[in-house]
Amino acid sequence: MTVTTKDIITTDGVPLRVHESGPAGAPTVVCVHGYPDDHTLWDDVTTELAARYRVVSYDVRGAGESGKPRSRRGYRIDQLVRDLAAVIDAVSPDRPVHLLAHDWGSVQAWHAVTGQRLRDRISSYTSISGPCINHADHWFRARLRRPTPRALRELVTQLRMSWYVAWFQLPLLPELAWRAGLAQRLLALVDDAGVCAVADAVNGLQLYRANMMPRLTASRPRTTDIAVQVLAPQRDPFVSRSLQTEIRRWVPNLAVRELPAGHWLPRTHPHTVARCASELIDHVEGGPPARGLRRARRTDRKRQRFDDTLVVITGAGSGIGRATALEFAEHGAEVIVTDIDQQAAERTAQLAGTLGPRASAYLLDVSDCGAMEKFGTVLRENHGIPDIVINNAGIGVAGPFFDTTVADWERIIDVNLWGVIHGCRVLGGLMVEGRTGGTIVNIASAAAYLPTRSLPAYAATKAAVLALSQCLRGELAQAGIGVVTICPGFVHTNIANSTRFVGRDAAQEQATRQRATTLYRRRNFTPRQAAREILRAVQRNTAVAPITVEAKAGLLISRLTPGLLRSLARTDLIPR
Amino acid sequence: MAGTALTDPAQLAKFRAVQQLAYAAAESVGQALQPGVTEQQAVQRIRDYLLERGVQDWFHTPFAWFGDRTAFRNFWTPLKFFPTQRRLEEGMPFILDCAPVREGYMADIGYAGCLGTNPIYEQLMNDLAEYRTLIVTRVRDGAPLRQIYRDVDALLARHGYDNRHRVYPGRVIAHQIGMVHSRLPKFIAAGFGIRALHTLVGDLIVERMHHRSPLWADGEISNHPATPGLWAVEPHIGFRDVGVKFEEILVVPPSGDAYWLDDDLPHVRRWQRAAAAS
Repeated sequence: MTVTTKDIITTDGVPLRVHESGPAGAPTVVCVHGYPDDHTLWDDVTTELAARYRVVSYDVRGAGESGKPRSRRGYRIDQLVRDLAAVIDAVSPDRPVHLLAHDWGSVQAWHAVTGQRLRDRISSYTSISGPCINHADHWFRARLRRPTPRALRELVTQLRMSWYVAWFQLPLLPELAWRAGLAQRLLALVDDAGVCAVADAVNGLQLYRANMMPRLTASRPRTTDIAVQVLAPQRDPFVSRSLQTEIRRWVPNLAVRELPAGHWLPRTHPHTVARCASELIDHVEGGPPARGLRRARRTDRKRQRFDDTLVVITGAGSGIGRATALEFAEHGAEVIVTDIDQQAAERTAQLAGTLGPRASAYLLDVSDCGAMEKFGTVLRENHGIPDIVINNAGIGVAGPFFDTTVADWERIIDVNLWGVIHGCRVLGGLMVEGRTGGTIVNIASAAAYLPTRSLPAYAATKAAVLALSQCLRGELAQAGIGVVTICPGFVHTNIANSTRFVGRDAAQEQATRQRATTLYRRRNFTPRQAAREILRAVQRNTAVAPITVEAKAGLLISRLTPGLLRSLARTDLIPR
Repeated sequence: MAGTALTDPAQLAKFRAVQQLAYAAAESVGQALQPGVTEQQAVQRIRDYLLERGVQDWFHTPFAWFGDRTAFRNFWTPLKFFPTQRRLEEGMPFILDCAPVREGYMADIGYAGCLGTNPIYEQLMNDLAEYRTLIVTRVRDGAPLRQIYRDVDALLARHGYDNRHRVYPGRVIAHQIGMVHSRLPKFIAAGFGIRALHTLVGDLIVERMHHRSPLWADGEISNHPATPGLWAVEPHIGFRDVGVKFEEILVVPPSGDAYWLDDDLPHVRRWQRAAAAS
């Protein structure tokens, strides 16, 4: 990647150091950094974006290699907007540009997009962790005017986050804190800020002193019609979610994405920032909106629970898998159905298509590591990164331990355990890589915590799935990915008919299957009921969700009196 | 009627004529349905249509089900079968079901339609063709009725649909029909014509003595190949809040080589058109 560097002299004579890369003629993206950073904040994002766009980043006055104004007046926001205008006019005199800004850069960019000076010069704006000062003013006033408990909570939350703004107004002390290295240490405690130059941090204090004094009278709300996307990190210690995102009355063409990350998103999640920004740019440049962008849009249209959500379900050719696929489709999700029986998978996809968006079907043997990896690649290329992955495929083996052959063991471990491992590894891996959060749902069983002599192999695999899921839940919490374990209990599906009953000849096995199926039918808990519970568990990110009454009671008893369950385990459950 | 299998072509022609009349009534009323029409109004229109054309009695009075009532959702009492004040809306499926008797010959038909378009209805109607083929093929094979019922269930499971005919009294997918000979007065009780009911009850008793039933369901009593005669077959399949069915006469001659009495029916024409188009 070749970077060209030049200096641009702005209206008041301060030189700005501007860096350009990427193909000439491509849409131009102008990146504006915040406090206390310089243009290097965007290095990793630029690397990704420069493949397709002309990427421009510059050091804001007072930071990096740009000039430093003599007086505080030089840091006023109107001057910052004039700087931005100078850069835009220099790098893209004929075509409007796309803005990408973070923190204080966002504050400036908001002022630019809601003002007159750069109207028609900006096509889209992706803002990260920086509100419009004008919107923030109105946001505060609205909450003071109507101090409902919620409004007060939001106010307190934001004020607690903004204490440093008041501290920065003090003379000398903040400068001393930076020079003594105290501020850096404090910053390292609250978020991963990276390294910043002390001089930049000290100069930048003037941004707060020149612009952040509260006003007594409200100014007119500043609005904009251009496409704006707000990336709101969920763990941002400085800007609350509500302050950043509840702005639709001033920004009608708004998309909001909450991301599982901290304040310095461009540094910690450059890939995510690049992807989100390019989705908006591509759409504004005339392309169809990507799924993530569609989901992020704030509109008045009534949204379904899982609109613009990509759901992958294994073993969805029948039973709980099929019912879950249909339920998700009915609630707006785009469903990817996989099954070892291609016809059954296609049928589910066909039915899903009558209830919701177009669904797709793939042949997939979950126990086949290579097939799963190939499927992961195809999925990513054809459909994108899944938002919800449901590892549902499973088989049954029932009967005494010593009648269970090694082949029986291998088969059930391959499907029930390895299938889930591959699913989490490959499909969950896509989600981790995509850094957009999501949910992994693993279908275990009530047998995972209800020991019985009748199901040693099945229960062992399901207990493993339960343990794996809970460990993974711990690991992936930081990435914003929920891991939900479902323990259905007796749900009337085809499982009894396809279960291998060991220690019986073919005729006996068939008879047992029929009797077991009859019992399941009498229990009459439908897959659709189970599917509804699964959707609820996904929405609530439930750690372990038992579905039927017996599964719930079993879970409770397993905690209260495990001894009772151990005695019950001596009873043979298989119908004679 | 069960004891004496109807094979006389002249008699079959009369049955076919009544069935044609019943389907014509359902089709003409169904196509004229507009938003806002209630089930009770639809039923009245079918009744008027048929009475004007010489129908004297009913095996059962006409039924109309709109919207999710086509899938018999929450039909926990048989009273729910009767027409209500439910109004038809755009995109709503409906089923019209009537069983007129004319000069002793009866038909029992079911007609599924939809006001406007509904993708679930379209899918169900397309798939319904498979059930018609499956049933006649399996009857020809001489399979026990109970087994055929289970085969239909298996096909439903593969399709991902619900068995809705199990909601009918006796869980029946079909019942035998024949000439109405009763001399009882023309009277309707609980929606059924007393004369036809009289004939049916007689059959039930006679057939019971042969360990058979004029009602085709999945119980032990249906564990026999189809009794020669005429069967009104009514697979009723559902998905979510949409149900569709057809109901028409299957002729089972003593030779066992069963066939559908008539192929010139709305649903069959629909499938023929679809096949020709593809």
